[in-house]
Amino acid sequence: MAEITLDNVAHSYIANPKNETDYALRLIDNIWKDGGAYALLGPSGCGKTTLLNIISGLLTPSKGRVLFDGKEVTGLPPEKRNIAQVFQFPVLYDTMSVYNNLAFPLKNRGFNKIDIEKRVLEVAEILDLTDSLNKKAARLTADAKQKISLGRGLVRSDVAAILFDEPLTVIDPHLKWQLRCKLKQVHEQLKLTLLYVTHDQVEALTFADHVIVMYEGGIVQIGTPQELFENPSHKFVGYFIGSPGMNFLPCTLEGSHAMVGDIAIKLNEETAALGAKAQGKIELGIRPLYLEIHDTQVQGSVPGIVKSIEDHGNYKIITVTLGKDHILRARLPEGKSSPSKNAWLRFSENWIRLFSDDILLKN
Amino acid sequence: MDKWKDNKAWFFVLPVFILVAFSAIIPLMTVVNYSLQDIFGPGQRVFVGIEWFEEVLSDKRLHAALGKQLIFSGLVLLIEMPLGILIALMMPKKGIAASISLVLIALPLLIPWNVIGTIWIIFTRPDIGLFGAAINGMGIAFDHTSSPIQAWITLMFMEVWHWTPLVVLLAYAGLRAIPEAYFQAAKIDGASTWATFWYIQLPKMRGVLTIALLLRFMDSFLIYAEPFVLTGGGPGNTTTFLSIYLVKVAVGQFDLGPAAAFSLVYFLIILLFCFMFYQVLQNVGKGEKS
Repeated sequence: MAEITLDNVAHSYIANPKNETDYALRLIDNIWKDGGAYALLGPSGCGKTTLLNIISGLLTPSKGRVLFDGKEVTGLPPEKRNIAQVFQFPVLYDTMSVYNNLAFPLKNRGFNKIDIEKRVLEVAEILDLTDSLNKKAARLTADAKQKISLGRGLVRSDVAAILFDEPLTVIDPHLKWQLRCKLKQVHEQLKLTLLYVTHDQVEALTFADHVIVMYEGGIVQIGTPQELFENPSHKFVGYFIGSPGMNFLPCTLEGSHAMVGDIAIKLNEETAALGAKAQGKIELGIRPLYLEIHDTQVQGSVPGIVKSIEDHGNYKIITVTLGKDHILRARLPEGKSSPSKNAWLRFSENWIRLFSDDILLKN
Repeated sequence: MDKWKDNKAWFFVLPVFILVAFSAIIPLMTVVNYSLQDIFGPGQRVFVGIEWFEEVLSDKRLHAALGKQLIFSGLVLLIEMPLGILIALMMPKKGIAASISLVLIALPLLIPWNVIGTIWIIFTRPDIGLFGAAINGMGIAFDHTSSPIQAWITLMFMEVWHWTPLVVLLAYAGLRAIPEAYFQAAKIDGASTWATFWYIQLPKMRGVLTIALLLRFMDSFLIYAEPFVLTGGGPGNTTTFLSIYLVKVAVGQFDLGPAAAFSLVYFLIILLFCFMFYQVLQNVGKGEKS
């Protein structure tokens, strides 16, 4: 197991990058702890796979160094880095049995038969593959195949980190959950450093202790799922995490109120104090969960018009317009009645966040 | 009304029926018809049952031709398949170099069959041919018109030179279709180049290699032009393969009945071998029964 250090790493696929937009991966300087479960989350093309390939050694970064446990590995190929990788679709040696698939990385490294057998049986036990050890790998279901890919990483006890590149893409929805639980269980059991690339926030948030949100080639925030939800450090994080994402309203600040056009929204003291110091373009952000909707006027509420109501089963998403053209979404728990046309919106003071030039204002 | 509507569907199938009838079924049935009769000339024929088949199957010269044919096809496959795979593995993977090498490799496939024969006759002539003269110049007596072994070697050269490119193209296409992740996984698992070939590339190429093998077997088993142009089946009968012998029987001796029976046997042999190859290759790597 290892701690992964990215020392000012940047990468460009162009031979002579001139400006920042030539970089698929902008400067990243980070340390990922030994035994942590990290998720790299971001939309397609944000550089997360590039970063993964740099860590696995399939790519050498244009700039910077990669260190495992303080030892430089920047120029080393994958096989010398002691990492394992699980790909988007199951990568198997079709002609081999499950047992031989699992034993393959050890055989290549010259382990003796007895050690190999012991280790393979252990790993098969962890992954519930014991019954299919003698079957041909090609005959198994997609989720079992992914477990074999994972197993080929686990058999190597010296493995520094296991990297997952959107490993659940081809798995049936009802099996995704099972496999994710298995991953979590493996992590708790073996305390491996895991790095999980995905564009699916549910996968990232359930799998990882630390979620690394990437956007346009850079890391915008690293935090626990809770931190990302409550205090998105960048507008993008607010918008990308949560379903639906955070609401944003351009506003000006007047004392303890945020003015959206001529609508005044009350801020708490702490937020107002932060706002007072801020410069640039100010926006107010609030999670749909914390936007209350009432049929009648309540204290501190502002009027809005309901545009649509989507029923998601155990909650409803209500789209309302505020003022002339501000569209907001609110998440209403099941059972709570929702107005059909005129509504009163109340912004929970403690959950209002202010953003200046897309960046969260904080102490 | 409904019935008419349903029947209209036949118009869609009709062209295929006509095409298949004229391209395969009618010619085949004609041959079957000939094979059961003794034909003396136009309008003069006698039904003889399976007599021609009995004669053909016990024909010593045909047995000899079949034996030579099998050895020839076997040798051709043994050389062309590994060689084709090897060349495909060594070819550039992308960019302009890949395009250029593909075109160069495919060139022999574009040359008409009789030109191939002529090229090689001239190329291997002991007096003026580049190859023949060079070999003779090195003190090795080379003349494919008098030495059976050298005639065979020349034929093998022609066949390999002409058709290995097909194997290369198919193998190359198969290799390019393997997702990059397999090679990355193999690297991570510490697999050697040989292990990567044996456990990833070769199994993934099974489909295209099956096709390559079948095509090459059929074509080499039907070889006619090369020995015909080179030596006409000689020296002696040493390169009289099945097709050459068949033409001698049908055209040379105008024995249409035996020739037709011969053709059918020939056809069935090829069908049998192709079926066997196909079955074997489909089952390789499939493993235990479920």
